[in-house]
Amino acid sequence: MITEELKINIGPQHPSTHGVLRLVADLDGEYIRDIEAKIGYLHRGMEKLAESRNYHQYLPMVDRIDYLSGFFNSASFCYAVEGLAGIKVPKRAEYLRLITMELNRISSHLLWLGTFLLDLGATSPLFYCLREREEIVKILENLTGQRMMYNYYCFGGVRKDMPDGWLGSVRDFCESFPAKIDDYEKLITENPIFLERTKGVGVISQEMALDFGITGANLRASGVKFDARKNMPYSVYKDFNFDIPIHQEGDCYARYQVRLLEMRESCHLIQKAITRIPGGASEKLKVKRTNCGCNKPECAFCGDETKVFFKKTNPLVLKIPTSEITTFVESSRGLSTCYVRANGTNMPDRVKWRTPSFSATQILPELCKGGLYADIMAILGSLDIVLPEVDR
Amino acid sequence: MYDFYLKIFKYLSLPKLIGVITWPVIPFAAIAALMIVLVLFLVLLERKFLALLTIRKGPNRVGPNGLFQTVADAIKLLFKEDIIPANANKILFTIAPVVFFFPAMVVYGLIPFAHNWVAINASCGLLLMLAISAISILGLLSAGWASNNKYSMLGAMRAVSQAISYELPLVLSALSVVVLSGTMNLNKIAFGQGNIFGWYIFPSFFGFVIFLICTLAELNRVPFDLPEAESELVSGYNTEYSGMKFALFFLAEYAALFVYSALIVTLFLGGYSSPFGGYILGLIPYIKKVVFLEQAFWLMSKTFAIILLIMWIRATLPRLRADQLMSFSWKFLLPLSFLNLLFVALFKYFIG
Repeated sequence: MITEELKINIGPQHPSTHGVLRLVADLDGEYIRDIEAKIGYLHRGMEKLAESRNYHQYLPMVDRIDYLSGFFNSASFCYAVEGLAGIKVPKRAEYLRLITMELNRISSHLLWLGTFLLDLGATSPLFYCLREREEIVKILENLTGQRMMYNYYCFGGVRKDMPDGWLGSVRDFCESFPAKIDDYEKLITENPIFLERTKGVGVISQEMALDFGITGANLRASGVKFDARKNMPYSVYKDFNFDIPIHQEGDCYARYQVRLLEMRESCHLIQKAITRIPGGASEKLKVKRTNCGCNKPECAFCGDETKVFFKKTNPLVLKIPTSEITTFVESSRGLSTCYVRANGTNMPDRVKWRTPSFSATQILPELCKGGLYADIMAILGSLDIVLPEVDR
Repeated sequence: MYDFYLKIFKYLSLPKLIGVITWPVIPFAAIAALMIVLVLFLVLLERKFLALLTIRKGPNRVGPNGLFQTVADAIKLLFKEDIIPANANKILFTIAPVVFFFPAMVVYGLIPFAHNWVAINASCGLLLMLAISAISILGLLSAGWASNNKYSMLGAMRAVSQAISYELPLVLSALSVVVLSGTMNLNKIAFGQGNIFGWYIFPSFFGFVIFLICTLAELNRVPFDLPEAESELVSGYNTEYSGMKFALFFLAEYAALFVYSALIVTLFLGGYSSPFGGYILGLIPYIKKVVFLEQAFWLMSKTFAIILLIMWIRATLPRLRADQLMSFSWKFLLPLSFLNLLFVALFKYFIG
């Protein structure tokens, strides 16, 4: 019998490529002989656009880099600018950042869980996950006024303090949420078809993960205990004692389990943070010549570096001297790195983003080769790729 | 009944010949009407039931509580532009939905809805039913091939391989019922089961489970919906179809859903016979003749229980992979159905 390979274009418009990824696959029946990931369909020039905008103008845009977890990129950029300008963030603002980031991590993982199961053919988990995500989105909307593109952080803190009763709603959510995860586990974890589809599929070995620069839950599922929250702490993560779940197998099932454990861990972390949240200002409103004289870093009005160039009210005055910085934030997808080089004007000279989804897309052909056609969707789903983050 | 029908023509002073010719057509017209109504209802039922399971409301805009949603959908599909891709094989592309639709419609005639209420009372009804419904695969294959679309092609190839592998355990488990009842006439199979203790599900339980699983595969439903796997093949074999041609595929799928469920009920769950043995309507002297209504009620309620079970499975399970699908059929279901057949034969020989 004469057979020939079938070249098939999966995407850029395809239900399960999570946006606009294009995969060119050579199929031999159901088996994949070769696959190539083509990216760039959602390139918006995020890095170049930064060079023609001042720091405050660029800040709302970074939320759009990863639309499912906007807080992380926002935090990454804020920490970069704060580091360059020497702005101390008040403790209360850091706690608010931590709570919102962890909430965002849960909501992003929930959407991942729903779409992952949808890729595997199970429709109903998506609706259950969206139900819980809706609660988080409402909580964040009450705080920030937005459901997705929050634009909540600003240089020196957060844009505004939380409204009355907001912490209560977060606490209620955190109390009810672990039971919901138990429900998902009942539906999914022991399901024989789910196990068949995910166990031993798309195995990333430890060396391979490190070679390709995989980070986040994908790396931790391969047995590497690396988490920027622990290994290079930012914000107030130092104050908390929390676990980093790891699994050794490195297959789709391990990635699923790590993400579920991460959701539980984030929930605990939020509960701890709620009890410890300090009072005080939520942002450094007036970092001017005013100085109350206490010179404590926590004080909203003193700080160690009170420079004239930073004024919340007039962003045009924020001129950062020539210097550069790289910040690391553990986003829901992995290590999100922001490099900022300032040149003395109110615009950055260069902004570079290193996003976790980009590395995860690189490893995709390696994992899919030799597998079956349906495995592409299982692997792609389990890697948790968000395409705007790949293309930026 | 036949005489009464001819009398109508006499009263209306129409030639008797028309009555003689039209008499055999009536069951088929009735069954076609029943099928359309059932399908319209089944689509709505599935959407509402899935909505219930996934904490949504489902269709609730057209008519009271969304009752006319499928009617509105059907009208929309009728008025849609009928697109044939430029490089498609136009003849096969047009014929395919019909080839897919017609077997699903014909087999309605073989289902006994009440005692002797069956349009085609064939002595080999079961065999005929399985044979005719297997034809629909040809429609899928030609649809996938004629569309000149790679996704459709893959979907059609999957559909054919799946149908071939699951046809065997399906027939073997149906054979266990034939062994038990000693006939292939569906009417006699249903009649022979009597009350709940006589149902063939008890001696041939694995036969029932295998038949249900194979039915899911034949119907291309979750977890065997690979030919139209949305997340993999966009929409599978019907990717290029639109308008009424697409509606025919849709219609045939739901028609087949009902027919297969009714077949499961007829083979394993006593068919139209009441689980308690007797009929309430049969006790009352004057309306003894309408006992078929109660029989039809039992058939429908059992069938809808099976349909709801299939829909529940759809809401619960993820999809199998192509190789797992094959190995599940050839390595597990086929040996199990042989064992089941052996067990049933021994049961029949020593006990039954």
